[in-house]
Amino acid sequence: MSAVNDSVVVAKRNVRRMTRIPEVLVFGLIQPVMFVLLFTYVMGGAITVPGAASDPNAYKQYLIAGIFAQTVTFAVAGASAGISEDMTKGLVDRFRSLPMARGAVLTGRTMADSVQTALILVVLSVVSLLIGWRTHNDLWKVFCGFLLLLLLGYAFSWIGALIGLSVRSPEAATSAGLVWLFPLTFISNAFVPVATMPGWLQPIAYWNPFSATVQAVRELFGNVPPGMVQTAWPMKHAVPVSIGWSLLIIVVFRALAVSKYRRSDG
Amino acid sequence: MSEAAISAEGLVRTFGNVLALDGVDLDVPEGTVLGLLGPNGAGKTTTVRVLTTLLRPDAGRATVAGVDVLKHPDKVRSLIGLSGQYAAVDEYLTGQENLQMVGELYQMSARDAKARARELLEQFKLADAAGRIAKTYSGGMRRRLDLAAALVVRPPVMFLDEPTTGLDPRNRMALWEVIEELVAGGTTLLLTTQYLEEADRLAHDIAVVDRGRVIARGTADQLKAQIGGERVEVVVTDSAALPLAVEALAPYAIGEPTVEPHTRRITVPVTGGARVLADVIRDLDAREILIHDIGLRRPTLDDVFLSLTGHATESDADSESESDAEEDRGDGAESPDGQSAAGRKASRKKARV
Repeated sequence: MSAVNDSVVVAKRNVRRMTRIPEVLVFGLIQPVMFVLLFTYVMGGAITVPGAASDPNAYKQYLIAGIFAQTVTFAVAGASAGISEDMTKGLVDRFRSLPMARGAVLTGRTMADSVQTALILVVLSVVSLLIGWRTHNDLWKVFCGFLLLLLLGYAFSWIGALIGLSVRSPEAATSAGLVWLFPLTFISNAFVPVATMPGWLQPIAYWNPFSATVQAVRELFGNVPPGMVQTAWPMKHAVPVSIGWSLLIIVVFRALAVSKYRRSDG
Repeated sequence: MSEAAISAEGLVRTFGNVLALDGVDLDVPEGTVLGLLGPNGAGKTTTVRVLTTLLRPDAGRATVAGVDVLKHPDKVRSLIGLSGQYAAVDEYLTGQENLQMVGELYQMSARDAKARARELLEQFKLADAAGRIAKTYSGGMRRRLDLAAALVVRPPVMFLDEPTTGLDPRNRMALWEVIEELVAGGTTLLLTTQYLEEADRLAHDIAVVDRGRVIARGTADQLKAQIGGERVEVVVTDSAALPLAVEALAPYAIGEPTVEPHTRRITVPVTGGARVLADVIRDLDAREILIHDIGLRRPTLDDVFLSLTGHATESDADSESESDAEEDRGDGAESPDGQSAAGRKASRKKARV
């Protein structure tokens, strides 16, 4: 299977690059850690979680799944910047002149991004545990929660791959990769309960692919506030909806990105 | 006559409203070297990109090692090696890792790829730097690494796109030697270059390209004969001595001398090389004509173009500074390398079109 071999070879190359430029990983860590601390200690006091108004620790438990999910979506920026950098350098000509599988340059990149995402999740979990976050479920379910997060991150890195191929300048790719993530991750259940949003915004937040994963991970971590009742359909079936959204994103954006890579003449 | 290892017919390619290739025809017999000679933007790189499957032409046909480039690009890719004008290596990987990666992408086993990488690093005198990341390599080292990457599977057909552009003379010579060894081993090679001298030394056959077309084809000697060959250039110290000097040079001239009074320069076409130069110097000395500068000048790319197309190479300031450098050196034994770093960058950009 040359497609698998080629993707692994490219992934290995990208992971190696990561170890040679550790700054990227370090800065990738600072942002989510900062978000955990800022939301917990700055905003946390002002936000009450329904059904747990009396518990000062409740928001922390509610927030962490949201921050984790937001963090994995930032793989978009890494993939888009990395791929657009590859495309502007001569190295892509080398790859394209080799008898290798066509999608391998992109698949290898997204695989390496998943490794990076996993590393960031480990560090972030440690920080969260230190400030008092706890899971309340079986360990294998918690593990499945992390798998859902990685799947979402992998799906989003394909969106990043397409952006990276479309933009063609690493600087533009970084901002183009990030700018739409803020509305996407904020119009959701990640930071505040959707019920507190205006009525017209609520369906958008509930059907946001991102929200499904946040809700699913909260369930698997055992972090859903005890008194919180979900009525929206995607929230009641969060785990399958999360998997479905992620797979759909992978299928669609992988196809678009690979065909764009093939057509790009340089 | 042996079969053509590379052949192209009527290649056309436009970028927006720029006609980059305007019907390029080429054929390179197996085991020979074709030098594609032309200025920036002539279509050299575009031709190479089409033949190496990186770019689809708007019209035309091409085969490499007998395989149709448009119909079976994947098959072609397993038969070619490409080394471009900007070293296509990952600067954050070590030399060893770069070559090993390429080997693995040619479907070699990890162990074979590792062994081959070591072998190539040794051959290209990079063994000492094998464990250093390519970012720390000098320009010449990166070019060598890039060339090594193109040779991982010992492909029967090689494409080298301006392999020595921007290199200093020492590194250029070293790379020429490597290329000569390669050709001695039977590889078919298509080489693009801006330097007539490089084509002269490495290529059996030269195709001159301009504005997306092949405008002349032949051996280096044939082309030079067409251009007019060597000239002796003399700059006298005192302009009053000009008529006397012209008289002294007359017996050596094989054509009309040109005299530029404001620069006190006389140019005379000659044959016979350095021996003629020595005679000329002796003669001028005997007549007590003071020489400010004298040299044997061989045809440059500018001369080829002037002679073939009636226009200069159009590479703007670059070509001017190049020909100045050439004149100052006089003997033309070394390729011009008077380009500034910024100029090189600009010309690379242009060459991509």
